[in-house]
Amino acid sequence: MSKSRWLPRTAKRLILTSRADIWLHRYALLWAFSTLFLVVAGGLVTSNDAGLSVPDWPLSYGKLMPPMEGNIFYEHGHRMVATTVGLLTIIMAVWLARAERRPWMRRLGWIALFAVVAQGVLGGMTVIFLLPKPVSISHACLAQLFFSTTVAMALFTSERWRRGAAPVDDSGSPALHSLALAAPLCVFVQLALGAAARHRALGVLPHIGWAMVATGVVLWLAIRVLTRHSGHEELRRSALALLSITFLQVFLGIAAYMSRIATAEAPQPMPLMVGFTVAHVAVGALTLALSVVLAIQVFRHVRRPARELQTESIAITSA
Amino acid sequence: MKQILLSLGIATALVVAGCGGGNKQAENTAPKEEPTSSAAGTPASVNEADAATLTGKVSFAGDKPAARNIDMSANPACARAHTGSPQKSQEVIVNDNGTLRNVFVWVKTGVPDRPWPAPTGAVELDQEGCMYKPHVTGVMTNQDIKIVNSDPTNHNIHPLPKVNQEWNESQPPKGDSKMKKFAREEVMIPVKCNVHPWMRAYIGVVGHPFFAVTGDDGTFTIKGLPPGKYTLEAWHEKYGAKDVEVTVAPKDSKTVDFDFKS
Repeated sequence: MSKSRWLPRTAKRLILTSRADIWLHRYALLWAFSTLFLVVAGGLVTSNDAGLSVPDWPLSYGKLMPPMEGNIFYEHGHRMVATTVGLLTIIMAVWLARAERRPWMRRLGWIALFAVVAQGVLGGMTVIFLLPKPVSISHACLAQLFFSTTVAMALFTSERWRRGAAPVDDSGSPALHSLALAAPLCVFVQLALGAAARHRALGVLPHIGWAMVATGVVLWLAIRVLTRHSGHEELRRSALALLSITFLQVFLGIAAYMSRIATAEAPQPMPLMVGFTVAHVAVGALTLALSVVLAIQVFRHVRRPARELQTESIAITSA
Repeated sequence: MKQILLSLGIATALVVAGCGGGNKQAENTAPKEEPTSSAAGTPASVNEADAATLTGKVSFAGDKPAARNIDMSANPACARAHTGSPQKSQEVIVNDNGTLRNVFVWVKTGVPDRPWPAPTGAVELDQEGCMYKPHVTGVMTNQDIKIVNSDPTNHNIHPLPKVNQEWNESQPPKGDSKMKKFAREEVMIPVKCNVHPWMRAYIGVVGHPFFAVTGDDGTFTIKGLPPGKYTLEAWHEKYGAKDVEVTVAPKDSKTVDFDFKS
């Protein structure tokens, strides 16, 4: 990547965007969409209280295909989608290992494969050990991280990414890079608090409280990018996407909470509550992924102020 | 660990086998054996001549909550069982006489701390029409619970105890019954079926035989109680628990009423 960065744009496009690259990117998009679908399927399991409707693992009722009745549909359906994403991840890792020129991308492929295996094991543990809260919350959090990884890899395989960086300067305070790091961290904490609330390890208040912090940091970052770098296509598009999805997520969060209160007396999970809650989980995953994308774009395109670079250089020299 | 607990459970069951009577809804009686030594380690029993009886009813005051329909369309086998008349939620059932059904009434404190023998008969918990029957029941510690699936569909039985061991097992359509027991006193243990999220039952596990569940007349009877001072508790899944202090003399027959408000 570092060498290609200094090539003229047209030359890079010709060299780097081969037919295989285009197919790799398309495959990465399919993989990312499948993972989002898996997040939705997982959300349906929790919202329908279907987590233990299949008491055994890895088989379901001792079979590969149990009767898809009642909540078994959600739990076994989740397992089927998860198996598909697992296979897609294996193919991705092998594809990258064989065809990808960038070593760090090949490593990322193996890391994704390790993550999906770990996620499967966590999923199995939730069933075998009857939904232990730390395991269930870890399963939910790793799902979000894994989805962000697939989105980032879709970005890294895109033709736009292969064009190289179009550097811009930013000397504002606080440093844009710091904000870009803080946003996905805050969103991830928010998702973890949401998972803790869903699995009844915590009440919903920490999730509601931290929503204000996470939204504030995301808005700060997105507005800063839009006001200072609106001419930079990659940054503008990423910031706009993050801003839009964050507004949607806040609305869905309120709707999910209100629908839960409205249906609290119901004898079973009601479609209104399930719909809003699962949408909130899925859009939460998108919010994290888009904050990660914006952070990546900031680190790729925005040059740090000279003083900051100097300090970093001193630190490297002394190390 | 499960094997150790299972072995302990079986050993305890063997020790108490042959002692005790049976349980009934809305009425429970002490074991019928002749009085024996009540020294620690030997099964306790009641001197029938001195035994007291507590009776009462659980009234409900306030607006009667509307029973909510359960949507069983997710599983056609369940929906078919209620064609024409949808199953209502059993969370709050107010009887025609203004009393409350499915209230678990038990002697919470004051019962002599002795090993009360568990009845040899099992309490049955059936899954019929994709509902647990009965909705609320009581058993003694280490008393067998016979779990039956009368439905043409899969169920999973998932008790959620805080003191006892949690488990989650499937039961195939009209499959063999399961025998389970709980080793420790716990009031109440919710029981779910994760396949059918509307299904819920409650089991009160008590270390003695002095408990009952209110039925369609809202009354309860607890027989064979040794003379003494007790705390009687009435528990309802929505309205919580209420305690009453009561003292009974030999051969006493007292009435204790409870009152729950919406």
